[in-house]
Amino acid sequence: MAPTKTKNKKASKKDVLAEYGVSAELAVDLMRDMLLYRRFEEKAEEAYAIGRVGGFCHVHIGQEGAAAGSIKPLRNDDYVVSAYREHTQAIAKGVHPNAVMAELFGRADGASGGRGGSMHIYDAACRFMGGHGIVGAQVPLATGIAWKIKYGAEDSVVIVYMGDAAVNQGAFHEALNMAAVWELPVIYVVENNGYGMGTAFSRVSKTDMAAKPVPHGVPASVVDGQDVLATYAHFRDLVAEVRGGSGPQFVDLQTYRFRGHSMSDAVSGTYRPTEEVERRKEKDDPIVVLRDELLAGGQLDQVGFERMDDEARQIAQDATDFAEASPVPDASTLYDNTWAEINENGRLFFDGRDG
Amino acid sequence: MAVMTYRAALNEALREEMQRDPDVFLMGEEVAEYDGAYKVSKGLLYEFGDKRVVDSPISELGFTGLCVGASMAGLRPVVEFMTFNFAFLAIDQVINNAAKMYYMSDGQFPMPIVFRGPTGAALQLAAQHSQACETYYSHAPGCKVVTPATPADAKGLLKASIRDNDPVAFMEGELLYNVKGEVPEDDDYVIPLGVADLKNEGSDVSIITHGKMVHVALQAAAKLDKNNISADVLDLRTIRPLDMDAILETVKKTNRVVYLEEGWPYAGTGAQIVSMIQEEAFDYLDAPILRVTQADIPMPYAKSLELLAKPSADRVVEACNKVLYR
Repeated sequence: MAPTKTKNKKASKKDVLAEYGVSAELAVDLMRDMLLYRRFEEKAEEAYAIGRVGGFCHVHIGQEGAAAGSIKPLRNDDYVVSAYREHTQAIAKGVHPNAVMAELFGRADGASGGRGGSMHIYDAACRFMGGHGIVGAQVPLATGIAWKIKYGAEDSVVIVYMGDAAVNQGAFHEALNMAAVWELPVIYVVENNGYGMGTAFSRVSKTDMAAKPVPHGVPASVVDGQDVLATYAHFRDLVAEVRGGSGPQFVDLQTYRFRGHSMSDAVSGTYRPTEEVERRKEKDDPIVVLRDELLAGGQLDQVGFERMDDEARQIAQDATDFAEASPVPDASTLYDNTWAEINENGRLFFDGRDG
Repeated sequence: MAVMTYRAALNEALREEMQRDPDVFLMGEEVAEYDGAYKVSKGLLYEFGDKRVVDSPISELGFTGLCVGASMAGLRPVVEFMTFNFAFLAIDQVINNAAKMYYMSDGQFPMPIVFRGPTGAALQLAAQHSQACETYYSHAPGCKVVTPATPADAKGLLKASIRDNDPVAFMEGELLYNVKGEVPEDDDYVIPLGVADLKNEGSDVSIITHGKMVHVALQAAAKLDKNNISADVLDLRTIRPLDMDAILETVKKTNRVVYLEEGWPYAGTGAQIVSMIQEEAFDYLDAPILRVTQADIPMPYAKSLELLAKPSADRVVEACNKVLYR
């Protein structure tokens, strides 16, 4: 994280809050959220490095503003669906950090009982609907959740996240077409970090991101995800519109990942130069951007910031300790929850072991 | 008992379940204003309105995924595939999302959803429109597979499938829609999943089968009967759950088995069942088990070739004679 700057590019920080209609308290809250996400993901990286976390693990470092700003305006009864870079979005929607970390560890107290891992975090009570591993396949799912909201004449909304690569999948286009035709309450959010794994978006698309939903009749908007206040204000207004019956919306939420695609990848290399990553970290760290604004505007001082950071580190440490102490799933539960209904007649398991 | 077609029986099952549970809705291509490509949903739009009987765009992946999401959120969708041939576009949503969601979420999201439509060959529709698809679905834990052969089974099993709390691939037969049969008039006629049905009783040989091939098996049994050979025809009715008790019972009775299925042989339903029989009833077998399947080729168009490629009663008779060493 860059050192504190005394000068910021914007003239008056109080004006920034006023411009976005964000209270000082809420701005500090967003600061606290982003610090937690950063420290949580750093702990996840450490745990991965020593083998506590297995499989694929995609961290959100650099993209904290996108998660904090877009989920903050949601109500408890709104839904979030995501792809596989979703630890912080789960926490933002109310899933306890302990349950997220324990899931990464594959422990019994994990959000998905150790069945899902990093890519498949679920919490029905928080309406956090996963954690999905097939690029773009969560987009029709979210559309169906929005269908259910309309079917039941409810006033919840759905936010579904996808990476920039997902917009080239058929699932994306089929879903947007139906959402537009049926005017469903869903916000399609591309967390556009510029790269689908190691492929720059411009290499796989002739058109701009914001052009993608237009043929389907879904309005597009663009927001800077590294600016959490702008992101929050944008989503606050959009969520209200969609809740009010505007039909689906699409957001190009522009962001940048400071790490490799997954834990097993280099941060930079053949597909993006180290200088690019360093420049973006220096200029576009969402935590630094907000911190400097709040320090300059007087809503926060350095001591207060450091105290919040210490608290975030403690929560992340507690989550790690919790995960470490949580038991591995009991062997006797291997077959549990394969079927929601074990029929009275006939066999459902065929491996010769007793289900 | 009322005599009705397989198509009308399915229609009744849909209507009764939609009357019974407001969370049940039907979505698919041409299901509403056109009354269904095969008229299974005839009249349902008029009775239930366009909120519950929904014409989708031709977007199999998309509307299947939408219904999987609606199921995840608490509804009980019935997805109609115009045919299962087109469901390949949607199989990611069925296998990766519907079938695995309950396990991956550690039981947080039951997925009550029915994927239904015709499977298997009709007449001269060539390779892309003529294939039996059940093994793609029965392969995956988390997905139940139901293959009714008669109007009564179609009704009772569709009602059970809609009420089941897991994803069900409900596979009909294009050539079965006009088949007539007796259906109990009880408006709560439900056949539990996982119960096979002995469609013909014999003692010399067992023909085990499912779906449309039940009718071919019955033709074969009639031919065998003329030569004083009596065949058990066991209709599995559901592939998963599988009524292994009924399979073992007929094997232990006749000691000779032919498995008949419409699909290809490699890793087919018959392959699974042969494996289980040799494992669990080896000592009861008096002959190797034979399988009769579609020829191991994409379905040809020419009528003469198509006939050669499809399983036939004559081929079943031949296989029965072989296991009887006649």
